[in-house]
This record gives sequence, structure tokens and C-alpha cells, in this order.
Amino acid sequence: MDFGFTIAAYAVAAVLFILSLGGLSGQESAKRAVWYGIAGMAIAVLATLIGPGAGLWLLSLILIGAGAAVGYQLATKVQMTQMPELVAIMHSLVGLAAVFVGFNADIMINTMSTLFAENDLVLGAVKEGGYTAIGLPAAIYGELSSFGQLIAKKTGVEINILRVELMLGIWIGAVTFTGSVIAYGKLAGRVDSAAKQLPGGHLLNAAAAGLSLLFAIMYLSGSGSWTLVLLTLLALFIGYHLIMGIGGADMPVVVSMLNSYSGWAAAAIGFSLGNDLLIVVGALVGSSGAILSYIMCRAMNRSFVSVILGGFGGASGEQMAVEGEQVAIEADGVAAALNEASSIIIIPGYGMAVAQAQQAVSELTTKLRAKGKSVRFAIHPVAGRLPGHMNVLLAEARVPYDIVLEMDEINEDFPDTDVVIVIGSNDIVNPAAQDDPNSPIAGMPVLECWKAKQVFVSKRGQGTGYSGIENPLFYKENTRMFYGDAKDSVSSLLPKID
Amino acid sequence: MKIGTPKEVAEGEARVAMTPDSALQLQKLGHDCVIETGAGALAGFSDADYKAAGVEIAKTAAALWKAADVVAKVRPPVDTELKRLRDGQTLISFFNPGGNEKHMASAAKKGATVVAMEMVPRISRAQKMDALSSMANIAGYRAVIEAGNNFGRFFTGQVTAAGKVPPAKVLIVGAGVAGLAAIGTSTSLGAITYAFDVRPEVAEQIESMGAEFVFLEFDEATSDGAETGGYAAPSSPEFREAQLAKFREMAPDIDIVITTALIPNRDAPVLWTKDMVEAMKPGSVIIDLAAEKGGNCELTVMDEKIVTDNGVTIVGYTDFPSRMATQSSTLYATNIRHMMTDLTPEKDGVIVHDMEDDVICGATVTHAGDVTFPPPPPKVQAIAAQPKKEPPRELTAEEKRAQEVAAFNKQTMTQVGLLAAGGFLVLLVGLVAPASFMQHFIVFVLSVFIGFQVIWNVAHSLHTPLMAVTNAISSIIILGALIQIGSSSFLITLLGAVGIFMASINIFGGFLVTRRMLAMFQKS
Repeated sequence: MDFGFTIAAYAVAAVLFILSLGGLSGQESAKRAVWYGIAGMAIAVLATLIGPGAGLWLLSLILIGAGAAVGYQLATKVQMTQMPELVAIMHSLVGLAAVFVGFNADIMINTMSTLFAENDLVLGAVKEGGYTAIGLPAAIYGELSSFGQLIAKKTGVEINILRVELMLGIWIGAVTFTGSVIAYGKLAGRVDSAAKQLPGGHLLNAAAAGLSLLFAIMYLSGSGSWTLVLLTLLALFIGYHLIMGIGGADMPVVVSMLNSYSGWAAAAIGFSLGNDLLIVVGALVGSSGAILSYIMCRAMNRSFVSVILGGFGGASGEQMAVEGEQVAIEADGVAAALNEASSIIIIPGYGMAVAQAQQAVSELTTKLRAKGKSVRFAIHPVAGRLPGHMNVLLAEARVPYDIVLEMDEINEDFPDTDVVIVIGSNDIVNPAAQDDPNSPIAGMPVLECWKAKQVFVSKRGQGTGYSGIENPLFYKENTRMFYGDAKDSVSSLLPKID
Repeated sequence: MKIGTPKEVAEGEARVAMTPDSALQLQKLGHDCVIETGAGALAGFSDADYKAAGVEIAKTAAALWKAADVVAKVRPPVDTELKRLRDGQTLISFFNPGGNEKHMASAAKKGATVVAMEMVPRISRAQKMDALSSMANIAGYRAVIEAGNNFGRFFTGQVTAAGKVPPAKVLIVGAGVAGLAAIGTSTSLGAITYAFDVRPEVAEQIESMGAEFVFLEFDEATSDGAETGGYAAPSSPEFREAQLAKFREMAPDIDIVITTALIPNRDAPVLWTKDMVEAMKPGSVIIDLAAEKGGNCELTVMDEKIVTDNGVTIVGYTDFPSRMATQSSTLYATNIRHMMTDLTPEKDGVIVHDMEDDVICGATVTHAGDVTFPPPPPKVQAIAAQPKKEPPRELTAEEKRAQEVAAFNKQTMTQVGLLAAGGFLVLLVGLVAPASFMQHFIVFVLSVFIGFQVIWNVAHSLHTPLMAVTNAISSIIILGALIQIGSSSFLITLLGAVGIFMASINIFGGFLVTRRMLAMFQKS
């Protein structure tokens, strides 16, 4: 059987996927880009169902239908604030699927060796002159599934490479699976979001990785499939322990990292199945996730390694003592200042998402804009728990996206701004990042809101942010603390704007 | 400039727009003042008082209009007054510009400038000129006094030798400026005061004035008040029902009802129905401050006081401020005086009608022959993002060129370095791996390359949709499961089936979520 048609369809699908990612460069083209992605996926699945995946196609279709129903439910029910959790849990599905497919490949290799042995042949043996000893009687070969035929044609070296690939696929897939589940738990608040590790910390991870390597070598030298199972268990443990050790504030990096892993897992599986489309897409997703992680890390001025190793590294030396006191203010005062102001910048953070305050913020914006004030949003790259988290929430609340600006676009406008409202952000507006070389977040780019004439910080209480460090912003002379739940606070401002 | 105030021509209007005090202040600004004879009589200011304050007395209205450069009055001008308006003259008064297009047009045609006092923007800086608030304050106070006048008992409870007097129970509906003023007056007279407002946020203000907030057990109310931005909005039928039920329950107990509920640009909502009036005790009083807009009470007759069959007095006057003419004239004249202060920035008697000023521009309805109503939104910096500031120093062409070359060279070095390292690694792999593997490997390397090229261009704000989309397409792993499911081994089929199921959840979920998110991004 030859699948020239399928390969051609894969080529089309691959182009569509690339267009789909490329289209995300702008809001308008993004809407078209999603359709490219959907079309690519549809073509790929159909071509596979007609071609190499024709066996049990009815069952496949039913399963796809069932999956579609579940997926539809998930996607339509989810609240926009729960988006990080959803993305995380979905990564885990890809990881697990990769593990299953990898195991299937291993089982297939074993089946094939048995089959060859029954016919007094050796799988992957090479005849004189370098030709593969297919050797199987045509009748038996014809009976095999397309994947079986693929393996039957391979040489011994190729089968070993195949094993390496499927092992990588399983290992990465398993890490992705448990990692994503834990990330989901942390984001959904079911697992404590603080960085926690078992005694032994990173030594434990290192030991598990070392053991994995040992089992990998044993597996390759033919110790049997049990080594693969153990390898998987170790990978599951690493995924769990690695993400448990990372604090809630680093979750944007973790989620994009897991996104990257799920791509690499798909690519590795693509190698073992000899499927180019899997490789292409896996590589696309993998590199996309890697770049996102890089962008997130750069935004926090932290190296990828230090994020993965979890927690903030110890500061070298005393941190600057914070002087002054936090001055509280009531809604009337904030409203009066807003009424007077002509340019306003709002800095939303995770606190806004938690309090579900985006609707109230949006209304406040509408009212202020209706009065002719310039209202803009400054979004720090790591605000929230997911890259672009704030943009999505604000979009949901119908804040027009052309007043939502990035840190670099707006940072130099703060000195000309009358009022800045900080809603539920902390570390991303911490001046210590610039002023205090001993601060754990020293050097991290921050929104320089303290340069504005007046800053109001809507915050639940006097606690510190995720990084657990004091924020001198709250003690500045032009800063007033507007305590209370973000949603209630912002709502209380609404009637006072006139 | 000469500022003149004519006698109000509207019947029953006792207020006057200039008092001797305000005239003195106006003169300090460098203006001269003139007033029509007898204009202040009803408000308690005699011509002699004005004369003592240095105000010139005009014998007739016509003479006054002729003499004055700026005419300040209270009520919107009537036709005869408009006819007297001339080119270059300024008129400051209530004008009702929203429902007075004809007059506005004729004033504009004459080339006169009209400043409408009700249009003063309600910003802090302009509060001193906010005549609506100062008049509402008086109306609220006067409403309580009027109620007391028509109510046969004490407000405060007393135990005397002649017997025990129960305190009056007052319900105030609507806690705007007038409502709050009424609350203050009523509580200080000693009545037990209840107040209701559809905006639950004002509960605090109500309680701060010493009244009891009538709490409505209704969930929707909480969100309603906040969402409409604090203005009383038309409430949902369910909410209205709950509200009326509450009032109905209270009606037999309440002695005095003062309603102040107004919704901007609408008829006043009916909140006190006929059956509630019938349920009230004889001798009770209803003061309807919304009478001008149809009244909050079903039985209100505008500008009249009626007594129902069961002995409830319903007052529908619309001239409460005028009933306290001295007080309201003083406040109104002060509002006018502050407006003049803003119009005379140099205090030299020269009026500068600065249309760039938010307050002045907002209040002006005709100027220089044009109708300027409705006012443009207050002038502020452009709403659009400000253009990036110019770099502090323009680099010379050579320097720029040198920098570009340096950057370019650096970039080239980095690229060459990366390419060399990458190529070397690929070569290493190629040394050990068979050709069949290398075929796939090339595809892989190219894909990673394309991925890097494409993803850097993704807009920052679209990172979450990007994650969702890559998540969806990473379930391309479904192909692997699809190929394997047809195997003869049951275990493979089972694992493959689970794989297909999970991956398809991801495909559909991921794409749907992405579409949902993208649909929300919209331009303003």
C-alpha cells in the first residue's frame, strides 16, 4: 500500500498550520488563522482515516465524535478567568496521548519480533550487500497494519533509533502529563500554589533523571519493556516534582514550557512513526512554546533555569528597608482624583482576575472615556498567570484593544499621567526592581507607575505579592492604598464618577 | 462690562440672580452692575439695598436689557426677553437647552452668547457654579418644611404632661442631592427617617445623614446600581415589584413621604401608587419633588396641593427654591458670581469667553452665532496613544550609519555563529544516523526554523490565543493513534482508542476556545 495521497494532504495541512500560527501576528488576521488551523487539522485527520489509519475507521470516528462533544462542553463552559487552567489541563491530554502512542510503538516492535521469530527470521537483520531482510512471506506481510509493515522494513539500526525516539516521546509526554496536571491544580487553587518540594529537592529530580537514563540504556540493550514502564513512572514523578517546586508567580513560564514539551513529544512520536506531519507540527508547537517561555523569562529578568529550579534565588545582601507608611484612601477620594484627571492608566494584575473585576473595570473605563479622559491600560508581559491573560480578560469585558498597551509602549508616558490605578498587581509595579540591587527581583523590567502624579493601589490587604517581597511603591508619597476586594472597590467608584 | 439682572417675568418666581452681596463681589472683578427696579423685592432685597451696594437701578426691563452687556437671570428667557437679546450680549440663566431648540437657534442667530447654568459640568472644579445642586439642596430642605406645614403633628416624639406624642415617620424616596438634604432636615427636626434609593451604594450616605436605609431583599438590585454607573436607571419589572411591595408594606405606618426619584431624560417613575395613598393614615402628607416630570405619586397634580378623600395631603409644587427666595437667590447669585469669576480671569472687567475651558465651553449653548450645544466632550489630551517621544538627540547621519553597520555586523556574527553551531550538530547526527532518519530529521530542523521565524511575529496580546491554538494543533498526535488503532493487538487498539479520544477533546476544545477568545478582541 502506498499513501502518496496522504503525504500530499499532509503537505497541505502543514502549510495550513504554519499559516495559522503566522496569522496570529494581528487581531484581525488571527480570526482567519484559526480557520486555517481547523482546516489543516480536518485535512490531516481525514487523509489519515482514508489512508494509513483506515483500520477500525468507524471506531475512530465515534471516538473523535465523543471527544468533540467533551471538548465542546469544556470550551463553551469555561470562564475566561479559568483559561490558564483549561490550557494546562489540555496539555496533559496531549502528553498522555503521546505516552500511549509511544507504548503502542514498543508493543508493535515486540509483536513484530515475535512474528519474525515464528518464521525463523530476525527483525531488522541485514542481508549481505546491505539489503534489509524483509523475509516475511508476502501473505503475512500483507496482513500487517501499515505501521507493522513500516517496522518490518526497518534495519536493526533504524529500529534502535526508533526505540530512542519512542522513548523520548514517552518520557517527554509523561513529564508533560503530570506537570500539566499539577500546573492545573495550582492555577485552579486545588494545589497549594507555593513552591513545595519533597526533602532532597533537586537532587531527587537529578536522581530520577539519572535513573531514567540508566533504564533507557537498559531498554536499548534489550532488557525488555519493563524498563520502559519504569522509565515512564520516573518521568511522571519528575513532572510532578518539578512543577510542585515552582511558585504560582512563575506559572506563565511553566504553562508555555509545558506547551513546548507537548510539541516536542509529538515530534518525537512523529519520528518513531515516520510521520512527517507529526514532526512538522510538533516542531512548530515546540518552538512556539520555547519562544513564549523565553519571552516570559526575559520579562521577569530571570533565566529559564532559575525558573525551572523553582522559587526566587536568595538575595545577595540586605534588602533596602522600606520607609514611610501605607496611606489608605476611600472611594470618594479616588473618585475625586479620577474626576479631576485627564489622563489615566490602569494596570491590571492577577488580583483583577481573581476578583472577577474586569467588568467593573471596563465600565469605569467607559464612563471615564465618555467624559473625554484618556484612559489606557498598561499590561506587563507577566501580568496574570498565563501569557496574555489580562488581554483576554479585558477583551472579554469589551475593553477596546487599541487602548490596551504593552509595557514598552507605555512606560515612558507615566510622567505625563495624572492618575494610575493599580488593580491587583504587585511585583510588576515594584520600584525595588530598579532601585534596590539586592532585591530578589532586581533588574526585572517593571511598569514605572510611581512616576505618575498620583497612584492608587487597589489591593485586598497589606500582604505581599507572589514573590513575597515588600513593595516600596505602596509607601511612596504619591501612592494611596485603596483596600478592598477589587471588584467592590472599582464598582464603588462607578457612581462617584460624574 | 455691565452686568444686569432683570425682574423675573415668570409668575410666582421670586428669585433674583443678583444680590447686593454678589454685586459687591462682581464689582471687585471690575464689572458694573445694574438691576431692574423691584427685581429683588420678592426675595427680600430692596432697591435701596442694591443702591447701597453700588448697583445702578434701571427703570424698565427694556432699559436694563439695553444697558447690560451681560444679563444674569434665573428662569429660561421668554420670547420678549429673547427679542431684546442683541449681538455680543451674554445671557447667563437656566435655559433648558435640551428642550428649547427654537430659543437656542434664535439666540444664536442674534449672535448672543448664552450660558446655561444647568449645563455646568459636574466636575469638582465647577461645583461652585453648580446651580442645579444648590437649588436641589434648597428643594430638599423646603420639601420637609412644606410637609411640616401641612402635617398636624410634631416631627419629634415628646412625652409631656399633656400626653405622649409619637414621633413622625418620614420616608424619603431617592437619595440624590435633594433627597439627602431632605434627610438631613427631617432627622434634625427629630422625625424617624427612612430613605430608599435604587442604588445600594448610597446606603452609606443615607446612614451617614442619620436616616435608616430601606433595605430591599433583592439580589439583582446590587448589580443594577453598580452597573448603571450610579444613576438611577429604569429598574427591571421584578425589582420594581419588590420595591412597590416594600412601599406598600410601609405605607400605613408612614406619616410623611417625600419623593425625589428622577431618571435623567425620562418621566418620573411612579413609586407611590393610589392604593398606597389610600392605605395611609388621614393627615399624612406626600411631597412630590418630581411633580414637574409627572410625579412619583400617582395622584400628584403639578403645581397644586390636593387633599384626597381619605385626608392625605399631596403637594405637587415645582417652585420650592422660589419659595425660599432669599436663600435661593443668595446661592444662585453666588453661582453666577463664580461663573463670572471664571469668565473674567484677569479681574479687570474684561470678559474672556474661553471656549478652550472645559467648564465654560460645557455650559455655553450659543456663542459667536453658533449653537454649541451639545458641548464637545471636555478637552483633554488625545485619547489615542501619544506618539512616541523623539529621541533626545538626533544622531548625525554618519553615527547612525555606523550604528547600523555595527548592529548589522553583530547580527551577522550571531547568525553565522548559530548557523555554524547548528550545522555542526546536524552533521554530527548525520554521521551516526542512517539516511532514512536524516530525511525526517531535515523536516524537523526546517520546521523548528519556520516555527521560530513565525512565532516572533505573534502579537503580545495574542499569546493566550497562541497557546490555545498550538495546544489544539499539538493534538496532531491523533494521527499516530489513528494509524495504530487498526492493529491486531487488543492492547494497541485500546491505547490507541484512548489516545484518539483524548486528542480529539483537545482539538475541538482548543480551537473553540481560541475562536471564543478572538471573537472578543474588538476595536473601539
